[in-house]
Amino acid sequence: MSEEKKITLIIERQDSPDSAPYEETFEVPYRENMNVISALMEIRRNPVNAKGEATTPVFWDMNCLEEVCGACSMIINGKARQSCTALVDQLEQPIRLAPMSTFPITRDLAVDRSRMFDSLKRVKAWVPIDGTYDLGPGPRMAESKRQWAYELSKCMTCGVCLEACPNVNSKSDFIGPAAMSQVRLFNSHPTGEMNKSERLQSVMGDGGIMGCGNAQNCVQSCPKGIPLTTSLAAIYRDTAIESFKSFFGSDNKL
Amino acid sequence: MAGNRDYINRRIHSLLGVLPIGIFLIQHLTVNFFATRGPEAFNAAAHFMESLPYRYVLELFIIFLPILFHGIYGVYIAFTAKHNVSNYGYFRNWMFMLQRYTGVITLIFIAWHVWETRIAIGLGWVDLNYQLMENILTNPFFFWFYVVGVVSTTFHFANGLWSFFVSWGITMTPRSQRIMTYASIIVFLAVSYVGVRTLFTFAYGV
Repeated sequence: MSEEKKITLIIERQDSPDSAPYEETFEVPYRENMNVISALMEIRRNPVNAKGEATTPVFWDMNCLEEVCGACSMIINGKARQSCTALVDQLEQPIRLAPMSTFPITRDLAVDRSRMFDSLKRVKAWVPIDGTYDLGPGPRMAESKRQWAYELSKCMTCGVCLEACPNVNSKSDFIGPAAMSQVRLFNSHPTGEMNKSERLQSVMGDGGIMGCGNAQNCVQSCPKGIPLTTSLAAIYRDTAIESFKSFFGSDNKL
Repeated sequence: MAGNRDYINRRIHSLLGVLPIGIFLIQHLTVNFFATRGPEAFNAAAHFMESLPYRYVLELFIIFLPILFHGIYGVYIAFTAKHNVSNYGYFRNWMFMLQRYTGVITLIFIAWHVWETRIAIGLGWVDLNYQLMENILTNPFFFWFYVVGVVSTTFHFANGLWSFFVSWGITMTPRSQRIMTYASIIVFLAVSYVGVRTLFTFAYGV
């Protein structure tokens, strides 16, 4: 048999949240149908870099391994995406891995996406129904509306859209497309709609909808194919109407 | 509350770009286009604009204050972006970057243009007539400076019109946004023609 085929990974590493990043190259034996995660697992099994030196195993975040949890986002050959669905056979060699720079790095390829969860809390991305007595069934939702709203519910808070967005960075406080799309999702729900105004007001301020610059990288990058730019435009429209209603007054304001 | 100060500033910035600045741009280039009918036609049109009633009020509220707000706030917006077209080379991302670059170029161009025309006229250094622009534009450096400035302005206007339609909730679907892209390209080409054609007349008399 001919010499064993190897794949090369150039990984941007960082030992702790505050230490300096450095690059390390690894060579791992090729197997059929590998993804980036199985290559990383190979490094974990045998943490020796391309120079043959023993090193610490590369650390990364993962969970579901089927692109529904959002944990394994990283920059692969320049673009942010999920490492579980990044198939080695479809990637240019050497494979370059880096953590998503928009988020604080915890270690190596793992980042802290807390800011996204803070944004979801800020925009009230839920339907408040808790009370001291049974409120009964809510209004029904049209099937046609449920269908497009379902697409928005696929968001897994993976952070890829924030990483791809030129307006989400350390100089700007824009909270990013993901949370805006959730405002649209919960405002489209017949019971959630009762808090529509509250959610819209939460994005009519610092870091809100006006931080969007329509670069539209988000919709190109979203691994779930969520129509993020349609959501952003919907929030642009709704906040414009909300401003009108709240300034001039309206009996239809929720 | 109708949103906080940051929100309102952004809304005003977006609105001013089209109303009145965009309208003024088209009016300004149209009046200048009279130059293609000869110096007398241009002088008559310029004189008409110069002798409009309550001219200073019009200039202040339709031209100077809106441009100052849009320009200064726009520079702040431009410098909060972190461009990434090398990794995400999509069409809209390029437009996003060019919108910010042309905004800065346009601001520099307008500052210079206002200085050597409106301010120089106001201080009595020069007179508003065909000769003034001919003297400026027969210099090859300034001719190309004006070509770049005018094309950058018309690009910023046409592409800004596209974002205006999104920001005010008119174009929401990808299809409507795509058609608006085509419409904004036509606006860009048409307004650029009007502007650059006039420059050629002043520079080469053609």
